[in-house]
Amino acid sequence: MKRLSLTPYVIWMVLFTVVPMLLVLYYAFTVPTEGGTTWSLENFTRFFQPIYLRVFIRSLNLAVISTLICLLLGYPAAMIMAGNAFKRKHVIMLLFVVPMWMNFLLRTYAWLTILERNGFLNSLLTFFSLPRVNILYTNGAVVLGMVYNFLPFMVLPIYSVLSKIDKGVVEAAGDLGANPFQVFIKVILPLSLPGVVSGITMVFMPAMTTFVISRLLGGGQFTLIGNLIEQQFLVVGDWGFGSAISVVMIVVILLSMAVMSFFEGEEKDVALW
Amino acid sequence: MVRWLKRSYIYLIFAFLYLPIAVLMVYSLNDARSRGMWGGFTLRWYVELFQDRTIMNSLYATLIIGVSSALIATVIGTMAAIGIHNTRGVPKKLIMNVTYLPVLNPEIVTAISLMLLFVFSRMRFGYITLLLSHITFNVPYVILSVLPKLRQLNKHLYEAALDLGCTPLQALWKVIIPEIMPGIITGLLLAFTLSIDDFVVSFFTTGSGVSTLSITVYSMARRGINPKINALSTIMFTFVLALLIIVNVRQAREERKERNGRRVPKKDSPYDPRFGSA
Repeated sequence: MKRLSLTPYVIWMVLFTVVPMLLVLYYAFTVPTEGGTTWSLENFTRFFQPIYLRVFIRSLNLAVISTLICLLLGYPAAMIMAGNAFKRKHVIMLLFVVPMWMNFLLRTYAWLTILERNGFLNSLLTFFSLPRVNILYTNGAVVLGMVYNFLPFMVLPIYSVLSKIDKGVVEAAGDLGANPFQVFIKVILPLSLPGVVSGITMVFMPAMTTFVISRLLGGGQFTLIGNLIEQQFLVVGDWGFGSAISVVMIVVILLSMAVMSFFEGEEKDVALW
Repeated sequence: MVRWLKRSYIYLIFAFLYLPIAVLMVYSLNDARSRGMWGGFTLRWYVELFQDRTIMNSLYATLIIGVSSALIATVIGTMAAIGIHNTRGVPKKLIMNVTYLPVLNPEIVTAISLMLLFVFSRMRFGYITLLLSHITFNVPYVILSVLPKLRQLNKHLYEAALDLGCTPLQALWKVIIPEIMPGIITGLLLAFTLSIDDFVVSFFTTGSGVSTLSITVYSMARRGINPKINALSTIMFTFVLALLIIVNVRQAREERKERNGRRVPKKDSPYDPRFGSA
């Protein structure tokens, strides 16, 4: 009887999750011909032209930079919040998460207000008679937008792993003669690796695929691979090519997840999400 | 001293996170159209916001899609969770993996795959396609909020209900559903929040004439700064904040109740970030 309740969901899942994914594959591996469509790898070979490869490399580059900055900013933050610098830890964590609940688009738009030529930042600089800066519509602004939007994705998994570490282990290391630096390198860091891995995956993936941040804060049309996909579907109408790029992107993400889970080792306790 | 340094670092991060929102809020009350100047306090942008047809229409669309997709997703998701809970082995693994697919997939991939589906089946893009897409990305989150509640459920409750003369359907309706209600409500609120927050999937699956708030904001923002968006952001932020507080207070109360009652394995953190992302 209870199995019956699964039926609507299974039908839904097949129709709206499985079939669409198969369609993406279908469009990626076929090209239209006069009488219909044929199987072909043309969409993929097109992607490896220098002009598109450059977009791909730029995306990869910006995503890696943003992920690194998130890690450098986020790890200490997670460590402090997991430690005992604050009495009401859960309030601090809640305060940390609240901005994430604001509409993603509005959060990105907010930086537009700050960075534009007559925006908040420049009026502040003028007020202190400092030279104005123009960073809107540059790669720097895109990285800033990514770090701003994705930083909590880095901090939260690291925080949750760090706060589960047995205090006794850390004390034992100290008792056995390790100095604080050694304790960190040899005990805390290895134990927190699963969180770092989840964090990196959770930042890298959206950073690699976003098209909104680059469109609002970055210059030019083909800034990132997400923009390229968007263009193919909504402007050019070349679904085959757009699907092929999506497939490449999924493969890259799966590969990076596989590499990451290799580093994650045996610890299976921490879910990716 | 070290403690002071640590705290300052966190406060700096908070400043980074809250500064843009604060700037938006302050500018939404600024009378000068050119930013950077303070032209005096005004509620003008709020008035103009509510007089703007496009924005108001997209607000209705957002609410209609949000409420209906959340309700439908909750029904499908709750039923699915009960089914999954009673399934074992390979089918369970298979279903769970496909359930995680929309959660793990990059949003843009989910979006284009749905778009291809609607093109392929020659559906007209508009309310229906939007609704179907929103239900699709909402259901997994409902399942993931209901399943833990089912796992905490006392197995013998259902059997006891049957022994006392309930039909299976009655047992489900009168015993199991009330027991897992907190999970269902959390799933519902989550689905609603996700739906009103979504941009990418809506952007690809909507048709001419129908646009959600996110889409309207995107097209306005592409044309540059607009003080009405600031006013809108302020309202939306306050609203989402209120929702978030309700969810958290509920969860905290639940946990307290559980701690006082039977022993329950510790749940995942309520400060789960996965739901507010790009």
